[in-house]
Amino acid sequence: MTEPLAKPKRKNPLARTRQPLLPPSARSRKAHGLTLAASVGRFMLQCCGECGRYTYPAREACPSCLSSALSFRDAPTGGLLLSETRIEVTSDPYYRERMPWRAGLVKLDCGPNVVTHLHGDCGGSGVRVAMSLQLDKAGQAVFFAKPVSETPHMEDDPQWRELIADPKHRRVLISDGRSATAVALVNALKKAGAAKIFVGVAEQWKPFEERSSLEAIEGVELVDLDLTSERSVQELAMDIGAKVEILVNTADHVRPAHLFDAGAANTVRDAMDHTVMGLMRLAQAFGPVMRSRGADGATGAVAWVNLLSVHGLSNAPQFGVHSVAHAACLSLSQWLRNELRPGGIRVINAFTGPLDTEWFQTVPPPKVAPKALADAIIDGLKRGLEDIYIGDVAKDIEARLFDNPKAVEREAGR
Amino acid sequence: MNGDILGVFAEALASGRIRVVDLTCTLSPDFPVIVMPPELGQSAPFRMERISHYDGSGPAWYWNNLSFGEHTGTHFDAPIHWYTGRDLPLNSVDTLPPADMIAPACVINCVAQAARDPDFLLTISDVTKWEEQHGRVPARSWVLLRTDWSNKTGAAYANLQPDGAHTPGPDADVMRWLVEERDILGFGTETIGTDAGQAGHFSPPYPAHHYLHGAGRYGLQCLANLGQLPPVGAMIVAAPLKIQNGSGSPLRVLALVQERSTG
Repeated sequence: MTEPLAKPKRKNPLARTRQPLLPPSARSRKAHGLTLAASVGRFMLQCCGECGRYTYPAREACPSCLSSALSFRDAPTGGLLLSETRIEVTSDPYYRERMPWRAGLVKLDCGPNVVTHLHGDCGGSGVRVAMSLQLDKAGQAVFFAKPVSETPHMEDDPQWRELIADPKHRRVLISDGRSATAVALVNALKKAGAAKIFVGVAEQWKPFEERSSLEAIEGVELVDLDLTSERSVQELAMDIGAKVEILVNTADHVRPAHLFDAGAANTVRDAMDHTVMGLMRLAQAFGPVMRSRGADGATGAVAWVNLLSVHGLSNAPQFGVHSVAHAACLSLSQWLRNELRPGGIRVINAFTGPLDTEWFQTVPPPKVAPKALADAIIDGLKRGLEDIYIGDVAKDIEARLFDNPKAVEREAGR
Repeated sequence: MNGDILGVFAEALASGRIRVVDLTCTLSPDFPVIVMPPELGQSAPFRMERISHYDGSGPAWYWNNLSFGEHTGTHFDAPIHWYTGRDLPLNSVDTLPPADMIAPACVINCVAQAARDPDFLLTISDVTKWEEQHGRVPARSWVLLRTDWSNKTGAAYANLQPDGAHTPGPDADVMRWLVEERDILGFGTETIGTDAGQAGHFSPPYPAHHYLHGAGRYGLQCLANLGQLPPVGAMIVAAPLKIQNGSGSPLRVLALVQERSTG
């Protein structure tokens, strides 16, 4: 059984904040097939198109039939633990701080033997395990073996927590309290055990309906945050920057416009200012301090979630402005991901189609309800994902983009 | 009288017999701006982004880039701002006759009424009552509505309710009357607009804008310190930025007031 994670004590102000270190991160280009699978929570291995055998580690040709027709395919997640080791000493700086560490050799049901990180409740050799591919602090794919059935507090296993971004006992900042998703996100984060939730509100002189709902939730603090103002973002970071362990950026600015409309340029500029420049200002203010707190105890800074439109991946003309802004946000988010990696901070892109909110009023279903969005984000944090596709529209576009991006472009708006 | 009027003026300024009152609110990012329904175009609020601060981007100097809408903070409305003034000559801030930038002001004190009712509306009878005490409103002068609304900040200042803003202003009749019967140069308020918060429901909608700009007159809003002005006798200096074809601009509004004791 796993020891439940206790509420962290206040930090000793005389103690140095431990600097983040990363596990070894060298991988071959082929091995990034595993990274792709881990980033979306799938279990995929190379499989031979000729003989049908799965293979690991990633390579250029099938070791059984020498065919080069190897592609990553979903694989069964079951396996048998052949042996397990408790590592007490290592020269690797990252693992050295985390000793002892359990590793095991697992025979996968689909064939290959793999070396894997082991959940503390897995037991000894000969037991069945459930495998997954996870992204470690360096952003690289690793195997993780869990017990087949649930054990008490299994989500609190220290090795597992290194691979995820659990909100439990962490403090969260939601960037836009006026977003229709804010209340649902706050409720989901509370349920997931977040210690405190800061909710940014721009232009507090403008009333909004959800204020009373947000204020009524214990552990929520409304804070001044206007993503269109450098000063506002900087000032909030001065106050609470060192208290934010998970940042959820819900900034959006959906304003329909046709490309040839007289005011379209203003609409695009407004949208870019709220979303792209907003993310830029947030990154500049909160990025450095979060990166420096990536190893600040068991509940140090861990994740940055950007809520993005799936139309940022391919322009949807009926939401042309929105698509343009989110395409730029995605690029900025990838940049941020790279900058936060030395701190082991996970940047999660949560892609959705139209939400079931006012600005998508005229869009027919399927639309994503705020609660479904919130639940998917919590799920992504608790499973350590990097890219989340939420709802039917986003999932459909993801699948079709993978298959034929040109078809997605041509069919958009038809 | 001494023929050197400006010399006398300079002496009066130096000796303090003429006091300079700043009627301007500070331009800052959190100062409320007019709010339109979200599907319409919006006025950009005041924003300041640093270029350098004696740092790597400029080792010996501090400066910023600014952005804001023409109608942000204490600002001037030119006739071209409203459709009624769109075809007039000299209707934009760059063509504004410089002589109109300095003019006397009448200050009508409605502090008590506005304190009782945020939807207080100035009427013709309020102005005629004021005229009984202070004389007829001179032609080509500013009429400034003093409400002390500028003492409020943030949400209380904008006073946005589910049915829109609730702030004091003029009714439709008094605006038409001031322009047509008193030939005023312009109308000034302490609130976000020259019109009342609910003026969209008046006939015509936004009568201050409608009548002032239709007659080539001006608006001043978000004024402060009107309490430091006498009912008559102050001179207003209001020179908007010279923006090509601009409909208005933030500006520094000054009032020159002759001290009563030395007058």
